[in-house]
Amino acid sequence: MKPFTLRKPNDIKQALSGKKAGEAYIAGGTNLVDLMKKHIAEPDALLDVTTALSAGIETSSRGIRIGAMVRNSHIASHAAIQSQYPLLAKAILAGASPQIRNMASTAGNLLQRTRCPYFYDITLPCNKRKPGSGCGALEGENRMSAIVGYSEHCVAVHPSDMCVALAALDASVVVSGSGGKSESIPFASFHRLPGTTPEIDNNLPVNALITAVEIPANAFHKHYAYLKVRDRTSYAFALVSVAAALQLSGTKITAARLASGGVAHKPWRWHEAEKFLQGKEATAANFSQAAAIAARSTKPLSHNGYKVTMLQGAIETALHNCLNA
Amino acid sequence: MTNISFTVNGQPRTVTVAPWVSLLDALREHLHLTGTKKGCDHGQCGACTVLCEDKRILSCLTLAVMKNGRSITTIEGIADGEKLHPLQQAFIDHDAFQCGYCTPGQLCSAIGMLHEGKARTREEVKELMSGNLCRCGANVGIIDAIMQVKETYSHE
Repeated sequence: MKPFTLRKPNDIKQALSGKKAGEAYIAGGTNLVDLMKKHIAEPDALLDVTTALSAGIETSSRGIRIGAMVRNSHIASHAAIQSQYPLLAKAILAGASPQIRNMASTAGNLLQRTRCPYFYDITLPCNKRKPGSGCGALEGENRMSAIVGYSEHCVAVHPSDMCVALAALDASVVVSGSGGKSESIPFASFHRLPGTTPEIDNNLPVNALITAVEIPANAFHKHYAYLKVRDRTSYAFALVSVAAALQLSGTKITAARLASGGVAHKPWRWHEAEKFLQGKEATAANFSQAAAIAARSTKPLSHNGYKVTMLQGAIETALHNCLNA
Repeated sequence: MTNISFTVNGQPRTVTVAPWVSLLDALREHLHLTGTKKGCDHGQCGACTVLCEDKRILSCLTLAVMKNGRSITTIEGIADGEKLHPLQQAFIDHDAFQCGYCTPGQLCSAIGMLHEGKARTREEVKELMSGNLCRCGANVGIIDAIMQVKETYSHE
């Protein structure tokens, strides 16, 4: 690692006013420390925000507020999350390893880098790591890469499982800026597509901190599923993952949510498929049709055509699993 | 350089380290507790697993300075004097290792997992031990050993 200094602000105000250009916040450190060891991230100083940020979960009739410092494992085992937002618990438990979930913070999960093997190998071209150097994966090893929403500049995928559930549940990201002003960013607008600036993963304002993630109250706690398809049974990134949730009136679908990981630069919502399901009967034929609608909007690269078939099957299966949840 | 004071295996310890020293290197190089192993050094293998206040964490991705004031348990701290921890004995009984390099991490991880109290079935134990790789392929013995202790384990 490049030598750096470390200091520990006591509160958010101190954390915001004390940060200079070239410095970074650290919470769980599971992604940042790794990137620093690889010389991909080289901050001059770290600000340890483990004390400054809230590690509490608050529930109200309007929804739930998860403090930025709540560790991933704590969210997954929290009683209110398990009863009211079980899709989130399920997604978290599909991600990383128990050790990493014990360390990783809520905000850090959102802020982990969208990445691919080219990003991690500093001898290879990568526009995200080194803007203008090219995308090695576009016509190279792209078996794990995106099938939707990518650009010629970057085909990496966001690795989070937690974020797929948060996207499906219409969460919002509460951030505090240096002026002390708090704002709420809809989850769908938080992460970015690569476009021509793949080096920027998200829309967190410069010199701002995530202070919490909020999920509005919903009725998706009865019929939900998180399905993750990967190269090995556990502790691997998704090739394709699906977060599915339904609200039913008898056998009729009154609301549907479908999101995926492993397919795009950000957690991806299948809005067209959701719209198709709304008002339909919860039948195999309709699930199959919804999956086909989602698959139709994808455009695979040279080595990941299999993901389209996999996605279609995963959506169908996840929707079926919703009925048995 | 920063002075950090923390509890390691029940003993108060102070070390002086640079901010970029991992907890793993602080334990091994500064406190000479070499039981905790450096495998991949990137959070992928679990060999460096230690317990921080009973929670299993990866010491390779932890900056030592961020554990000032905390309580760490390593493989050197799990036995009761000469009496092995039940998991250590079970690992011997079930041939749960070959080269032994991943074993300290496997043991600390298993202790953390039992403390979490989430694993009920063998399948769940396998899933919740997936952060610890064994390249010798002793996984069947490892899960057997944990399953045996799980039946009798009660955390305080």
